[in-house]
Amino acid sequence: MDADDNVYDALAAADHDGRWAHGAGFDESVVEVTAPAPDGVDTEDLAAYCLMLADDALVGSQRLSEWATHAPELEEEVALANIALDLLGQARVLLARAGHLGAAERFRVAGRASEATGDGRAHDDEDVLAYFRDDRFFRNVTLAEIDLGDFAQTMAWMLVFSSWRLGLMTRLRGSADPVLAAVATKAVPELAYQREYAAGWVLRLGDGTELSHVRMQAGLDAVWPFVEEIFGAHAVETRLVEAGVAVDPAALRADVDADLEQVLPVATLTRPERPAVGLVGGRGGRDGVHTEALGPVLAVMQSLARAHPEATW
Amino acid sequence: MVSTLTDRSPWDVAAEVTDPEMPMLTLADLGVLRSVSHDDGRVVATITPTYAGCPALDAMRADLAEKLADFGEVEVRVSLTPPWTTDLISDEGRRKLAEAGVAPPEHIGPRTTGPVALTLAPPEKRVECPRCGSADTAVLSRFGPTACTALVRCRVCREPFEHMKDI
Ligand SMILES: [Zn+2]
Repeated sequence: MDADDNVYDALAAADHDGRWAHGAGFDESVVEVTAPAPDGVDTEDLAAYCLMLADDALVGSQRLSEWATHAPELEEEVALANIALDLLGQARVLLARAGHLGAAERFRVAGRASEATGDGRAHDDEDVLAYFRDDRFFRNVTLAEIDLGDFAQTMAWMLVFSSWRLGLMTRLRGSADPVLAAVATKAVPELAYQREYAAGWVLRLGDGTELSHVRMQAGLDAVWPFVEEIFGAHAVETRLVEAGVAVDPAALRADVDADLEQVLPVATLTRPERPAVGLVGGRGGRDGVHTEALGPVLAVMQSLARAHPEATW
Repeated sequence: MVSTLTDRSPWDVAAEVTDPEMPMLTLADLGVLRSVSHDDGRVVATITPTYAGCPALDAMRADLAEKLADFGEVEVRVSLTPPWTTDLISDEGRRKLAEAGVAPPEHIGPRTTGPVALTLAPPEKRVECPRCGSADTAVLSRFGPTACTALVRCRVCREPFEHMKDI
């Protein structure tokens, strides 16, 4: 039987570049990714920062993808999958950049990922960083990893997350690092769509029925304790702000506040007054100190690649 | 004269490769084919992604590698700068989209560098129905069957259609 006659055979025969499960090799093909760190910028800091922004998107994307086959309507199913895909796209380029700057080396396992695989290609940096890193090496803010609860809570989460990341990416377009600037430029319109989508649902549910209002407010309340952390600057971020590479997270508070002030009153929702979840000894997600929610998310994301490290399809 | 493969440049061949999700468009129509260089039995094609997460990118790379193989060793590079926008879709591409029942994107012009305002009201400007031309349309979902389209319904002919989002 000709391979073209059988969709599975055709996919399997799609060769070298057809690594759908394990990425397409952005670190090899995206020309900007291979640029050195800009003059005067510490390579390790830049790699760490790329990892932070990558992990926010990667873990958030994985969380959103949990909605696949569970969304309330087909349209929302498709929307959530597309939003997850946008975030994954941002994560992939940033992981490749972090890997090019050296962040992946320590996670390559001898005999598994360091040497060429069967088809003569080494595991890509982005795969190594996504699939072979344990939770304490993830640098995402804890907001990215929390359980998204019901649809209302997911929309509250998305409104805050996209408003924050949109503010970040808007400013990052002027970064001294060409990859960060390029990723940010592409991310801005994508995040603007996400924020409008989330804001639309927060309005509709908040100012909807008695029940939808209660659940929308509860969703916002559940997300709220994780919001404060996203405005705190890690030492790496502070150093890179000085170097013109990074965005000061403190500056993003005004963006998120402005969006919430616009949406919440119309949605008849109250801005929560719940205490923030404290950092542990001053350390949070950016330091690899995570909530217990991250482990299971990574287990789902990583188990297949770890069980079949050489698999391609 | 009958054109044979050897008469054609690598650019001509690359430009005819179609988008896997929007097969009515070639990579050239879509504006994602940036350059094709050819020397010494080696071809380097550079494309730019529509969306960073676009799953079609892998297929585009594989298709280009296959179609250009006659010219020698092929490398397909991806470049993020300058970023792709729907403004790069050619007039020919817009015509083909409309013909296939997909409302083409609006021209958005140069991007602002400032903050992006959140708009809660539905947009004033309506997408024209590619079937009957009516502007009496409503967005059903901002996210359609592919990452780059939204789902819209025409109130006049009552048909749903896809709109390629301006981005
Ligand atoms: Zn119509």
